[in-house]
Amino acid sequence: MASNKKYWKSEAELNPNDSIVEALRQNEFVEQIPVDDFLGDKENLSSTSTNRRDFLKYIGFSTAAASLAACEGPVVKSIPYVVQPENIVPGVANYYATTIANGFDFASVLIKTREGRPIKVENNTLAKVGGSANARVQASVLSLYDSTRLQGPMANGEPVEWDALNAAVKAKMGSLKGSSKKAVLLTQTYASPSANRLISDLMASNENVSHVTYDAISEDAALTAYEQVYGERALADYDFEKADLIVSIGADFLADWQGGGYSSGYSKGRVPKNGKMSRHVQLEANMSLTGANADKRYALTPTAQKIVLAKLYGKLNGTSVGGNTSDYDGIVDQLVGEIKKAGSNAVMVTGLDDVNAQTVVLAINKMLGSKAFDPTSPRYVRQGNIKMLETLISDMKAGRVGALIMDGVNPMYSLPNAADFKEGLEKTDLSVLFTTNWNETAEVVQYAAASNHYLESWGDIEIKKGHFSLMQPTIKELFDTKQFQSALLSWMGSELSYYEYIRETWNQNILNGASWNQALQDGVFASETMAIAQEEEPVSNAGETDAVTEVSAVPIASAIRSLANSTSNGMELTLYSKVGMGDGQQASNPWLQEFPDPITRVSWDNYVTISRADAEELGVENINVANGGMDGNYVNLTANGVTLENVPVVVQPGQAKGSVGLSFGYGKTVGMKEEMQTGVNAFKLYEGFNANQSVSIEKAAGNHEFACVQLHKTLMGRGDIIKETTLEVFNTKDHSEWNHVPQVSLNHQEVPATSVDLWESFDRSIGHHFNLSIDLNACTGCGACVIACHAENNVPVVGKHEVRVSRDMHWLRIDRYYSSEDSFEADNIKKEEMDGLWGDKGSLGGFGEMEHPADNPQVAFQPVMCQHCNHAPCETVCPVAATSHGRQGQNQMAYNRCVGTRYCANNCPYKVRRFNWFLYNNNEEFDFHMNNDLGKMVLNPDVNVRSRGVIEKCSMCIQKTQKTILDAKRDGRVIKDGEFQTACSAACDNGAMVFGDVNDESSMVSELKESNRMYHLLEHVGTKPNVFYHVKVRNTNEA
Amino acid sequence: MKKVPYRNQFSKVIVFSLVVTLLFSVSLVAQDTVAESGDAVVAEDSGASSGDAAAGKALFNQNCAACHALDRKMTGPALANVESRLAEDEGLDRQWLYAWIKNSPGVIKSGDAYANKIYNEYNQAAMTPFPTLTNADIDNILAYTAAPPPAPATPAAGEASTVASGASSGGISNEVILGALALVFALLVVMLFLVNNTLRRIAEANGISVEKEMAEKRVPIWKAFAQNQFLVLVTVIFLLLGSAYFAYGWMMQIGVDQGYAPIQPIHYSHKIHAGDNKIECKYCHSSARVSKHSGIPAMNVCMNCHKSIYEYKGNPEGPSKEDLANGYTNEFYTNEIKKLYKAVGWDEQNQKYTGETQPIEWVRIHNLPDFAYFNHSQHVSVAGVECQTCHGPVEEMEVMYQYSPLTMGWCINCHRETNVKVEGNEYYEKIHAELSKKYGVETLTAAQMGGLECGKCHY
Repeated sequence: MASNKKYWKSEAELNPNDSIVEALRQNEFVEQIPVDDFLGDKENLSSTSTNRRDFLKYIGFSTAAASLAACEGPVVKSIPYVVQPENIVPGVANYYATTIANGFDFASVLIKTREGRPIKVENNTLAKVGGSANARVQASVLSLYDSTRLQGPMANGEPVEWDALNAAVKAKMGSLKGSSKKAVLLTQTYASPSANRLISDLMASNENVSHVTYDAISEDAALTAYEQVYGERALADYDFEKADLIVSIGADFLADWQGGGYSSGYSKGRVPKNGKMSRHVQLEANMSLTGANADKRYALTPTAQKIVLAKLYGKLNGTSVGGNTSDYDGIVDQLVGEIKKAGSNAVMVTGLDDVNAQTVVLAINKMLGSKAFDPTSPRYVRQGNIKMLETLISDMKAGRVGALIMDGVNPMYSLPNAADFKEGLEKTDLSVLFTTNWNETAEVVQYAAASNHYLESWGDIEIKKGHFSLMQPTIKELFDTKQFQSALLSWMGSELSYYEYIRETWNQNILNGASWNQALQDGVFASETMAIAQEEEPVSNAGETDAVTEVSAVPIASAIRSLANSTSNGMELTLYSKVGMGDGQQASNPWLQEFPDPITRVSWDNYVTISRADAEELGVENINVANGGMDGNYVNLTANGVTLENVPVVVQPGQAKGSVGLSFGYGKTVGMKEEMQTGVNAFKLYEGFNANQSVSIEKAAGNHEFACVQLHKTLMGRGDIIKETTLEVFNTKDHSEWNHVPQVSLNHQEVPATSVDLWESFDRSIGHHFNLSIDLNACTGCGACVIACHAENNVPVVGKHEVRVSRDMHWLRIDRYYSSEDSFEADNIKKEEMDGLWGDKGSLGGFGEMEHPADNPQVAFQPVMCQHCNHAPCETVCPVAATSHGRQGQNQMAYNRCVGTRYCANNCPYKVRRFNWFLYNNNEEFDFHMNNDLGKMVLNPDVNVRSRGVIEKCSMCIQKTQKTILDAKRDGRVIKDGEFQTACSAACDNGAMVFGDVNDESSMVSELKESNRMYHLLEHVGTKPNVFYHVKVRNTNEA
Repeated sequence: MKKVPYRNQFSKVIVFSLVVTLLFSVSLVAQDTVAESGDAVVAEDSGASSGDAAAGKALFNQNCAACHALDRKMTGPALANVESRLAEDEGLDRQWLYAWIKNSPGVIKSGDAYANKIYNEYNQAAMTPFPTLTNADIDNILAYTAAPPPAPATPAAGEASTVASGASSGGISNEVILGALALVFALLVVMLFLVNNTLRRIAEANGISVEKEMAEKRVPIWKAFAQNQFLVLVTVIFLLLGSAYFAYGWMMQIGVDQGYAPIQPIHYSHKIHAGDNKIECKYCHSSARVSKHSGIPAMNVCMNCHKSIYEYKGNPEGPSKEDLANGYTNEFYTNEIKKLYKAVGWDEQNQKYTGETQPIEWVRIHNLPDFAYFNHSQHVSVAGVECQTCHGPVEEMEVMYQYSPLTMGWCINCHRETNVKVEGNEYYEKIHAELSKKYGVETLTAAQMGGLECGKCHY
């Protein structure tokens, strides 16, 4: 059965009367360009002071001036090293393994450096844990070159010397010794053996010192629950690859839930193998990235989620849990049936900020004996402790804190009760903040100590028990900065550098005789002794855990009761972190600001997501305006007496009725360029560090202009872009049914469109022939590839306004399509049965009845870049042959030849060509990283920086394939499969993108090309692309 | 173009100095021979010691010169009169020297006071032991060191000044000759005019006016030309085409800096390094083997040799006339080496790096535009192209200049004509077999291999 679902990218498309959608489908622009208005206005033209002769004079003069200027050849200087470092060869990249650990993102990565400059972040494939870099980690290299970074230590806003700062801190710490006041370290989560040892050393030497860990976005509930059950403050680990059934209650585990990093395992289980794939059920309020990937998604408010969870536990356990609401019994029965069937192959996770809920989920997983659930070697990537933080703030307010030293945190921005904190700070004798950027907290502390970026620092991280990673500097400090740990060491009077201190820690506790250099080179080290300990542990643990369960039996009962009796009043707000922005640490990173959110496709903003029903009730809406941009009404959000004013609204399909969502990370103003000051600060509503809040919402005046890429680049009405089917059909029917190749008429006979061609084909069987495979099942839409592409190919950032007018430059976009099978099946039948305009089956009334199909749509993500068509429509229309085809399958673009007619962009059926409307570098109008010397250091020297007036597009990373070929030629060897990579395929840790040479029969990509699931985009156009997709299979087999 | 004046200036200087050189070559040769004979006399004088100074010189250059000089500190101490100095200052005899030279670490270990002093003075860099040297050899070396160091080549400065004065006198004589010629020419013109006038007057006196009538009848040639429309058309077309040709030619050389030879902050002579001393290109430009850049060598590469080569001694025959005409005297070169020392922060006196560096801002000669990708290692390592193929006879270039036009046409031509070097390269085996079968040829050019595709160089 071929899928004949209707796909839509915007709710507006569902409205058949929407003139803009229709216009965009037919035309490039909604409105005619007012050429006639301008030229037709005779009066206006004749009244201008410039007559034709003057005009020609100007033209002549400027042409002559330009030609004269062109004759002046610039004198280029070359400055070699005085002493060339041994391992640097100009023009050859070096890779260093290091680890990011900024308190929010933890990942082992490889850093590509050129002439000593880090220019790109790549996945560390040696890492078994935390080896995948998400979009933010990919973008973190640009934050190193942030021109707004703090360039030296400051005292009360004035630059100061490190010596003065150190002396002040030392004196204060010394005087605090034995006094009644405390010295407190308030830090991010380190998960670092050395940092922990260092801090305990400090606490041992000075009894007045205490340490408080603070996560801006807290996982305190999960940590507390785990601590109660297993006695350690950590997070249980999950391996979703091992799960056949994943039930997630509000856990956005493909994004940042409990530190993230789960998508790789998840994706591996999602690819149908031998007729089997995992099934994923999501219960959530906001439409999250995880929910978008689910096979079955229930839109429920957080309160409803809690009730479902309680009932679920009751049903599974065979106990009654009380509670009156029976609305969700159907869902619960369904889920219980599925879970019971899957048994130990099921796993359950929750993202509710509620200790009860977290405890219940741990209990369910234990009850199931879930294979995917690993409580024995937990993860340490969140350590924040709310209780200690609250005690600290009250101590500060009571004047009991003599010195507060902060590192990697920005409480003035990320605390809901920032005013209390400020009050406390005023009563604190000494306050020091280690920060990379000037921020809200830096404004109010006495000393703002400029700290290192992670690419300039030493460090070690234990992401998961027994799995260690090392952080090493890839560049010398750019500014007069110091990392917190080094400063601590010097305050303690130690002679050691932090590097030596780490080595000491590792030699004593971790390496156990293994090679330090090897560990440093690999970036990761899995302790063998610990692995052995792990294997032994379950045996000894078995008895303990039973005992623990019994002990916690009573708390579980009360937990269930309180969950089952949860009630709500008013709208329920779920605060979340966006894939692109996280907790807002990198808000000044233009790549991340311009990164469109995978779900809403909005960049440069955060917003309230609201369901259609609630939006109608409130009278708020999104309006698509003539230039293709989207506007949204403003609302005021009030929770616990705090009001966020003028928050724009996005009507979000799939948002649970009665709930709204708002993302963290925006609304930063201090120390930021004006253009980067986007959105509102959601932390103000983060009362009690609970992401679920009840709010009241009211419409405010005015419209907000979004930079949304949603309606842009419609496919001109052509469908058949995403093919999808169900696992049942996939397993039972022939692929011609679910992967139908469009038929065309040739000599009055129906033949597959792929067999007909206007053109003669070149022989591509010799040499390399590159293909890129994209598996829609494995793609979660996370967007790491988008940023990787930016970094690799010097893609410019264009700013909010330009994105709004659809001039975004992303070479690789991830299209997001909504569908809604249940209602659309019926709708399709209904539509087909429509008869005439009026009456019961009339199309006028009928279309009107088809409103609200968007309440809980299914979602599909599709990365689209240049398809490198073998028969490319763009190539034939270029008047100057600037775009041509290579034998290796790449559609090549010679920028220096392009004159900017944009015929190619018009003729491209995939709309992947991007036009440089402006000069985006060295231009005050585009004050992003390419406008300053510092930001330009991130540019890849192997790829052109394009100028104004040329078309650019994905090159299939030809610079990378050429490099691979050259290396092989130089070594005189054959290229192995896997050596060829593009930036996107290398960044994709989910295995969704596979790149390679299809002429190499042993390659993975040639195998994937033979798959039944393989299809090309718009096959009926006959472009014969070199990028192919795999049909998305959904596991809808219920129970 | 900014560069053109530079180039012209330069070529003017060259032409000018060539003239000067030719004029004064005779006297220069004479001076050379004088200087040489002077050297010889000095050498003979010095052979007064027990050893053979000439043999000692050879041995010294072979074994010692890397670390020692006669008159200055290098890695090791200055060795002029080392024997007498040791005997006078430290009371050490030749036996001590034998022991030291043959096995210096041993002497140091034995606890010898002076040995340890000198060891510590020179950063504890132990002298290489020379057990193969016989006592006689050492005698010879000591004989050489005992000879007074050759007097610095002062005549060179004198020569330079004479050259300068000579140049001005040469200019005057040329002008005189030209002036005389012009005068003669003017006289001839005046005479002809007078003769003509006289003849005309004679004709008038005789009443003959034939010429004038003829002239009236005849249509002037330019008028005839103007009346012939065909001819005008052809000429106009010809002129237009001609000017278009030249205009095109002129415009096509914009941005093509063939012959661009800017003045560099240090006068670095590829002729001396790659030509006279036959240093392999890739010794200094080592990254050409592995990188897209050939790389201007870091200054520590220069110091590999220039730590010991602190002055330019030139050819054994002394500087050529051409060099002298350009001012390329030995002193001039030595001064350029001093510039290097200053840049790299090398303290010659103490043989130490001061740490104060001034990176050299070389003027880049070969400027490929940013949109063209070129990889040296592809050509040098994979294809085995000689550096000279593109860079010209660098080993003959006193001043480096751009030899090839570096235009796209030039690249393409070579790719069309050059066969890919596939032998012994496993990478090419399959593709070569298949492609040569397809094209029915034995050898494949870079173009047939796909070397003309836009995307291979532009991305």
